[in-house]
Amino acid sequence: MDSISLIGMASIFTAGITIAIGAVGPALGEGRAVAQGLASIAQQPDEANSITRTLFVGLAMIESTAIYCFVISMILIFANPFWDHVIKAGG
Amino acid sequence: MDFMTLKDITPDQVVFWQWRWVSVNATIFFTWGVMALMVLGSWLITRNLSSGPKISRWQNLLEVLVDGIRNHIRDISQEEPSSYIYFVGTLFLFIMVSNLLSFVPGYVAPTASLSTTAALAICVFAAVPVYGILSRGVLGYLEQYIKPTPLMLPFNVIGELSRTLALAVRLFGNIMSGMKIVAILLAVTPLFFPIVMQALGLLTGTIQAYIFAVLAMVYIASATRAHREKELEGKEKGEES
Repeated sequence: MDSISLIGMASIFTAGITIAIGAVGPALGEGRAVAQGLASIAQQPDEANSITRTLFVGLAMIESTAIYCFVISMILIFANPFWDHVIKAGG
Repeated sequence: MDFMTLKDITPDQVVFWQWRWVSVNATIFFTWGVMALMVLGSWLITRNLSSGPKISRWQNLLEVLVDGIRNHIRDISQEEPSSYIYFVGTLFLFIMVSNLLSFVPGYVAPTASLSTTAALAICVFAAVPVYGILSRGVLGYLEQYIKPTPLMLPFNVIGELSRTLALAVRLFGNIMSGMKIVAILLAVTPLFFPIVMQALGLLTGTIQAYIFAVLAMVYIASATRAHREKELEGKEKGEES
């Protein structure tokens, strides 16, 4: 197998695996966080403002791990440095 | 008019104009566009303000915005917002305007480029020690790095750096992913779904601007706060005895 198809195969496969695994963890974490936040708002509706604010900030923190995985898979598909290198060396 | 192809992952790669080593790419162009729009808009609105019962609708808009930002800062920092609103409010408004304008055809949000978001995150990184030293003094600020024990020093330093990286990559990833998803859907199912995703992009753009500003405020507040908590504890003990 020549290096172009090898790099293409590895990049696309890794991009898919990256976003798949990277989506599972934050999804579970955000689900737990939202469930707990809703339970707290139901218990103390007066504190809804500060709970919602903290919840949003926390969700952004959790979500950033998924965003890292997404950025990695985007780089692998659209701006792959190894792919560009092989194309330049070949043609 | 679409100069961002699917292959371009940041608007830095789109160069509009070049002369020797000076080049203007899409990021710089649209950043200055957003800045000009905001400065011109707020100059036009604040030119004739009225304090009477009848105000223009644009003044009403700005009052709602500024008042909302002040209230949020007061809630988070438990302090008077006047010294923080210049920095945090500017961050919020700039990010929100540059995200919300993305429904204009031909516009590329400058926040979809890692250089813009990294610059904003470095501003936050520099602002934290400035505010911390202003409120607690140099030694008081440096002292928080060796709390609770000096063993935590490397972790505190790494935490400071990694949260700056996280700020930059979070904003970049969200806005860039919104753009890319619209571009991909445009090729797969044109007409309807891209519009829905673009509408979702307006929501995430606003939320990301809010989160960026809130996190900047939280970081600044954590650098200025510990001092005041000690004071409060001292007061409570004094009242008990």
